[in-house]
Amino acid sequence: MTSLVIAEHDNKVLKDATAKTVSAATQLGAPVHVLVAGDGCDAVGQAAAKLPGVEKVLVAEAPYLAKMVAEPMAALILGLAGNYDAILAPTTTSGKNYMPRVAAKLDVPQISEILAVESPDTFRRPIYAGNAIQTVQAAPGKKIITVRTTGFKAADGTGTATIEKITPPADPGISKFVGEELSKSERPELTSAKIIISGGRGMQSGDNFHLLDKIADKLHAAVGASRAAVDAGFVPNDYQVGQTGKVVAPELYIAVGISGAIQHLAGMKDSKIIAAINKDEEAPIFQVADFGLVADLFKAIPEMDQELTKLGY
Amino acid sequence: MKVLVPVKRVIDYNVKVRVKADQTGVDLANVKMSMNPFDEISVEEAVRLREKGKATEVIAVSIGPQAAQETIRTALAMGADRGILVKTDGDVEPLAVAKILKAICEAEQPGLAILGKQAIDDDSNQTGQMLAALLGWPQATFAHKLELRDGTAQVEREIDGGLQTVEIKLPAVMTTDLRLNEPRYASLPNIMKAKKKPIDEKTPADYGVDVTPRLKVLKVSEPAKRQAGVKVKTAAELVDKLKEAGAI
Repeated sequence: MTSLVIAEHDNKVLKDATAKTVSAATQLGAPVHVLVAGDGCDAVGQAAAKLPGVEKVLVAEAPYLAKMVAEPMAALILGLAGNYDAILAPTTTSGKNYMPRVAAKLDVPQISEILAVESPDTFRRPIYAGNAIQTVQAAPGKKIITVRTTGFKAADGTGTATIEKITPPADPGISKFVGEELSKSERPELTSAKIIISGGRGMQSGDNFHLLDKIADKLHAAVGASRAAVDAGFVPNDYQVGQTGKVVAPELYIAVGISGAIQHLAGMKDSKIIAAINKDEEAPIFQVADFGLVADLFKAIPEMDQELTKLGY
Repeated sequence: MKVLVPVKRVIDYNVKVRVKADQTGVDLANVKMSMNPFDEISVEEAVRLREKGKATEVIAVSIGPQAAQETIRTALAMGADRGILVKTDGDVEPLAVAKILKAICEAEQPGLAILGKQAIDDDSNQTGQMLAALLGWPQATFAHKLELRDGTAQVEREIDGGLQTVEIKLPAVMTTDLRLNEPRYASLPNIMKAKKKPIDEKTPADYGVDVTPRLKVLKVSEPAKRQAGVKVKTAAELVDKLKEAGAI
């Protein structure tokens, strides 16, 4: 039969996570459909139709779907589930929110956060904060899967899927979106940035993060943080990189004043190149860093900034 | 209003996990076990609700081996009123846990079930959402702040882009994120008192739930190791190396 991928988007832009989830779905060997659920999300549907490997895009629009609230999302997906063998969503905070609801109502186990598809029914996934990798085989029947998007590459090329508008079921009416406070930034998002510069407890204050902002602006990088820096109130929660925050795998990850707790390493150790600046030469971050600089960050970061300026960045 | 708080016994978060040589799992022999850290946050939130007079009783539930009784005792020492231990051997998947919890919710009729957003052993992040679905209740996952109102709860949630507030009708399920509160340490007198609080012992069969795993774990292996690279002496050298490597 067919696999269904639930698109991640903000009603305007289709997020990168969707294309990567489509890549994972393609590996199941069945045709792939994408569900775009939202409100006023035409452009997203059209973007999804251009993803290579997608046969059909379903667009469901309603005001109560605009923020992907779990209860109406699950109701919508359950209404479609009969047509699909596998349903996949990216492991974003919205995917993590609605997918287990779908699995429970279908009475099937969910396979969370797959890193790789070994065969159409066998998957690899991290456990114990990535300190062990589990290979699991699903029983015959429907598969409900969330995908760790750093494990998959978006396919190249352009697709020409058909777009079909569908009518979502009524809002179950037990929950509603009230409001949100989103971090505004001109910089790329953490989960899709090619370069990330992150600060830890060593930054000492939120104000000092402007040192990292300067480098980030030069390198078109996203700014992240360790859990310690978020818990200390230096930066908001959505900066957090780590097992319980965002899992990232950029081309370059620069860790500044981050000791390298297991929890943090779990969220960034698949980065292509890791650079670390820390004044403690025993810091565990140096055990995973390709390039380590033992130095006071308050001296090293301005120097790095100057050096980049000199090179024309 | 009763509050139900499921708590899981897991490897202590400070323990370095070792994969068994035969790849059947991780080594749990002689390893320190503790309450799942997210569940501690749940217990704290529930106890605070009772202290503020918003909850009448806090019930801690654990599904696991006999030793999970210790985890319930920890919750009781933090301030929960009574416990339910559902004894099982071996791993129980989130869906089976959710089914047992559903039966307990039907019997106890709590106004709120507070669960950790994930357990730090299997990292599934499913049970709370599954429980909510099975009961037909709304959910507020990854809670950052809880405000109870008349018949509803406003919950601020940690999401990828920042924070989101949802309003859910009670009864409901909430799952906790890191910054909801800071769990207390149990005091010695409270640890002593907890020993006298009642714990009911049950089995999955009492709730008519089959806990046979539905997913087959073929193996558990070590993740790919990263090698430490080189140390550089100056920030300028670091920039040079990054440039050489084509990273910037």
